Amino acid sequence: MMAKRFLPLWITTSLLVVLFLIGASQYQGFGSLRVVTNLFSDNAFLLIIALGMTLVIISGGIDLSVGSVIALSGVLCSVLITEYQLHPLLVFAIVLPLGTLFGALMGTLIHVYRLQPFIVTLAGMFLARGLATTISEQSVEIDHPFYDMVSDFGWSLPGNAWFDASSMIFALILIFVVIVMHFTRFGTNIYALGGSEQSAQLMGVPVKKTTISIYAASSFLATLAGIIFTFYTFSGYALAGVGVELDAIAAVVIGGTLLSGGSGYVIGTVLGVLLMGIIQTYITFDGTLSSWWTKIVIGLLLFFFIVLQKVLNRDKSTHS
Amino acid sequence: MKSSTNNQDQAVSDTPTSNESQPVQLSEQEQALAVAKSARYQAGASNNFGRYLWPICALILLLAVNLVLDPSFFSLSYQDGRIYGSLIDILNRCAPVALLAIGMSVVIATGGIDLSVGAVMAISGAVCANLLLVPDVALVTVLLAGLAVGIVAGLVNGSLVSYLGIQPIVATLLLMVAGRGVAQLINQGQIITFQHDSFAFIGVGNWLGLPMPIWIVIGMLAVTQLLLRKTALGLFIESVGCNASASRYLGINDKAVKSFAYVIAGICAALAGMISAANIQGSDANNAGLWLELDAILAVVIGGASLIGGRFSLVLAITGALIIQTLATTIIVSGLPAKFNLLIKALVILMVLLLQSEKFRKQLKALFTTKSSAKNLGEAK
Repeated sequence: MMAKRFLPLWITTSLLVVLFLIGASQYQGFGSLRVVTNLFSDNAFLLIIALGMTLVIISGGIDLSVGSVIALSGVLCSVLITEYQLHPLLVFAIVLPLGTLFGALMGTLIHVYRLQPFIVTLAGMFLARGLATTISEQSVEIDHPFYDMVSDFGWSLPGNAWFDASSMIFALILIFVVIVMHFTRFGTNIYALGGSEQSAQLMGVPVKKTTISIYAASSFLATLAGIIFTFYTFSGYALAGVGVELDAIAAVVIGGTLLSGGSGYVIGTVLGVLLMGIIQTYITFDGTLSSWWTKIVIGLLLFFFIVLQKVLNRDKSTHS
Repeated sequence: MKSSTNNQDQAVSDTPTSNESQPVQLSEQEQALAVAKSARYQAGASNNFGRYLWPICALILLLAVNLVLDPSFFSLSYQDGRIYGSLIDILNRCAPVALLAIGMSVVIATGGIDLSVGAVMAISGAVCANLLLVPDVALVTVLLAGLAVGIVAGLVNGSLVSYLGIQPIVATLLLMVAGRGVAQLINQGQIITFQHDSFAFIGVGNWLGLPMPIWIVIGMLAVTQLLLRKTALGLFIESVGCNASASRYLGINDKAVKSFAYVIAGICAALAGMISAANIQGSDANNAGLWLELDAILAVVIGGASLIGGRFSLVLAITGALIIQTLATTIIVSGLPAKFNLLIKALVILMVLLLQSEKFRKQLKALFTTKSSAKNLGEAK
């Protein structure tokens, strides 16, 4: 049973390794440490929101607003830094609590007014994107010494590889989230909530507090991802991160988390994002394959993993 | 999902209750559930006046705002065999979302959701555009091919949901992600344009003074409404949405009913895709129907349907689509910059959602009653 539970994780891992080896054998320069570190730094923002999405999905909900929250946080940061001449660190200290509050409000609507997470976060998605376009329709550039410092900060690794600040932030967040999910009461509560809200309540799980915290955490991570996205692009743009929520959901599913909630692993999501990233890298290296193949391949992968989960959970589902 | 909740209910009532406060809480929950269910079982009852009241009131209110902003808003003129005016414009522009909303409300009634409709629009547009470029292809073939795309997409979604038992959000997410890729593959990444007057007619043509898209929506609405309300099919759909396993025990083929709902959604999406392709006389796989699935879901929800499923009203879904389009027009008429578009839309949606929540309405009522009772007290003094 243990082995079965981890089977999707193993399959994702082996697919990742196999694809990497195929790429390495076909293209010069694919099998380098640099490709690996780029995989992390290019996808750092997606990895971070996917972590938040994993929490939400394990709790049985969904958060469609994360892509827009990235845009909102990016635009807010760039406007505050460029037009109001505030120090970036101060700006982050303002923006992060605001983002968290946004998520907490969505969580409150979902719990207190019994509205469906899908619809509430859909409204949140429009709201965040609307706020972002209201603040600035144009892309706002950031030119601040702090940003140059951040982009110079990192670890030089052999093979011309560079482990940058975004990847470090992601690594820290990952460790934190894994500890929260597997070694704290809050993490257990999230799993319990996803299993069955009613049972969780009867067992004494503070459902209200947990629900609100989950959505707050997801929005916090999305806001952070927005900040990291500004490190990456040196600007804030209201149309950034369109459709990223779907990538995050796809990564969560590929990582073996059930969308019905109650089971899944944070680490699986990381593998899911990396797998999607490596497909993209492969297509870039190939050069002759068109970009739409990414979408089709990811669709097929999704199908494969969903059917796999279905087969694995067959004996469980026939009972319930 | 439905079956699992029922099992939980059973499990809950079976557990021995050691704590004294639990039984009270439990019965409250059960009561709430019973109330919710009895409300849902009035599904399809057309005498449910209140259900129709609010969305239509909202629409009338929005139109009234427009009349205040622009007194000539309701004026219609007849020129060159076609009626012109803002109202016709709204109807014409909301046609794709209205079509999607028809299909979406049927799918949502079965307790599902269809995220793939936007991608299906792109595929059907791409298929039609490419067929039109082939010489000597009859228009009928092109139209049938477009519709076939919708039927195939619906069958794929339907069988994933009902025969493989995959959650609707995930199952349709597949086609949403892969579908746009397929459309780009068909177009080879290009925007395919065509010159074909009779195909363009379904997007920009007029018949009896009204633009063709409006007639297509009316036709689809009439056909679906007749099919669902004059046969038992509508009842089956609502019954499956209320409780799929109970419906199965009653002898309803719940899997076929669910698949059928996705096929309707697919056909509606294909029609919408053909309209938007005919409108621009071309197929843009990247942008055709992009995010329209969300608008369609919103239209259904604004129309008062719950995503839990169990009931549908096509008329209300179309009212929802009209509200969304009228709102967009209102923002333009009011002269506000277009950048406020999304913000206002989000706020209106949040308001509609809150008004639909039982608890919020109670809180509102309590707010007003305490105020009025305080007033009474003041008068008594």
